[in-house]
Amino acid sequence: MQDWGITVLFRGRNLLRLLGGLGVTLELSLISIALSILLGMLVGAAMTLRHPLPRFLCRLYLETIRIMPQLVLLFLCYFGLAKAFGLQISGEMASVIVFTFWGAGEMGDLVRGALTSIPVHQSESAAALGLTRAQAFRYVLAPQILRRLTPQAINLATRMVKTTSLVMLIGVIEVLKVGQQIIDASRYDMPQAAIWIYGVVFFLYFIICWPLSMLARRLERRWA
Amino acid sequence: MAENVLEVRNLVKRFDGHTVLNGLSFQVKEGEVLVIIGPSGCGKSTLLRCINGLEALDGGEILLRGERISGQKKKLHLVRQRIGMVFQNYELFPHMDVMANLLLGPTKALGRPKEEVIVEAERLLARVGLSDKAHALPRQLSGGQKQRAAIIRALLMHPEILLLDEITAALDPEMVHEVLNVVLGLARDGMTMAIVTHEMRFAEAVADRVIFMEHGGIVEEGAPEAFFAHPRTERARAFLTSFTFTREAKT
Repeated sequence: MQDWGITVLFRGRNLLRLLGGLGVTLELSLISIALSILLGMLVGAAMTLRHPLPRFLCRLYLETIRIMPQLVLLFLCYFGLAKAFGLQISGEMASVIVFTFWGAGEMGDLVRGALTSIPVHQSESAAALGLTRAQAFRYVLAPQILRRLTPQAINLATRMVKTTSLVMLIGVIEVLKVGQQIIDASRYDMPQAAIWIYGVVFFLYFIICWPLSMLARRLERRWA
Repeated sequence: MAENVLEVRNLVKRFDGHTVLNGLSFQVKEGEVLVIIGPSGCGKSTLLRCINGLEALDGGEILLRGERISGQKKKLHLVRQRIGMVFQNYELFPHMDVMANLLLGPTKALGRPKEEVIVEAERLLARVGLSDKAHALPRQLSGGQKQRAAIIRALLMHPEILLLDEITAALDPEMVHEVLNVVLGLARDGMTMAIVTHEMRFAEAVADRVIFMEHGGIVEEGAPEAFFAHPRTERARAFLTSFTFTREAKT
């Protein structure tokens, strides 16, 4: 058994520490996703306004987050703000800010797409039946918008879970960072641990993201 | 003399300064079937859309049983509950099965008890030959089946007048017949209707009165027998001729 790097996982509190790191990953992801969904609804609604100014601002915002690597945004928020304004925020806080900033833009674009994908005839048909605008939205438009939006929002959520691995670079101890610490600590007596520990990290991401991905695919197929 | 269900007075509608409806007036009486025909772009569909408030008017007024319904925004849904409309592309709600499509208006807009509406809906489904489709989704139906479902969805609101906007224009020829038969049945039952159509044989069969429109105005109006056999105006004659084909002798 001496050659099996996996034994490192069961030394001391290593497994618990790794799961704790996963907890941090999930916590950051969930907070960012929840905020992104809320703010994304507003951004998406603003993107469908008739006035050109909000549309232009949203466009600018969306292009910015699409062009900027998330890592640059993280550095900008964590180090940049501290250097420029003496604003010291925790790595966790910076992560939530950046992922929400990114996620709300992407979510906004998904909301915009879902809103505009419903043909105008559907609201006319609901109106012609004598439904009020609120009833038409509740019974006719909202269900169709949600069916369009939900699978895509789930896919965005999996992307956000994966991308949170970057936050270790601003000092947040999430699952990947814990894995690295475990590998570093056993570098001399168990050099082959790296592949096993990273393998476990891979597996942990997999059991979070794969079911989400499958769910999105099933919903997409059922509601197509 | 029967009461006017619908009265349109000097209706004007413009889109971006372009006049689509040029001050036209007509009435539809209780139990009457009015058929509106005319070339594409003459304003027929816009006319129907103005009647149930999907388009705002730029002039004139519309009365439903003598009560002015145009120019008000707040109670528009109450007006629309009294006017049924069926569209060219059915516009069933794709996320609901047929029965849910039928129940939505009567239960939510009118607040009628669901059980009562279901009984009526099943009777109407049977009448149009869709009894086995109550729990099918719209995408599982043929175009003709969808349009029959859309017609009874409008009927379940017990409208005082039914507006049909080119309801067979998107259908394959073999499905046109099944849909138009449903409408002929409604006409026999005394349903008040305003119908826009390009099916001339159907127009002749179903109409109590025909309006021929061109360039946003009424060119000719009359009984179907007279209109189709002997149109009075040159434009109506030319329009009707465009539906017939003659084979010239080979030389």
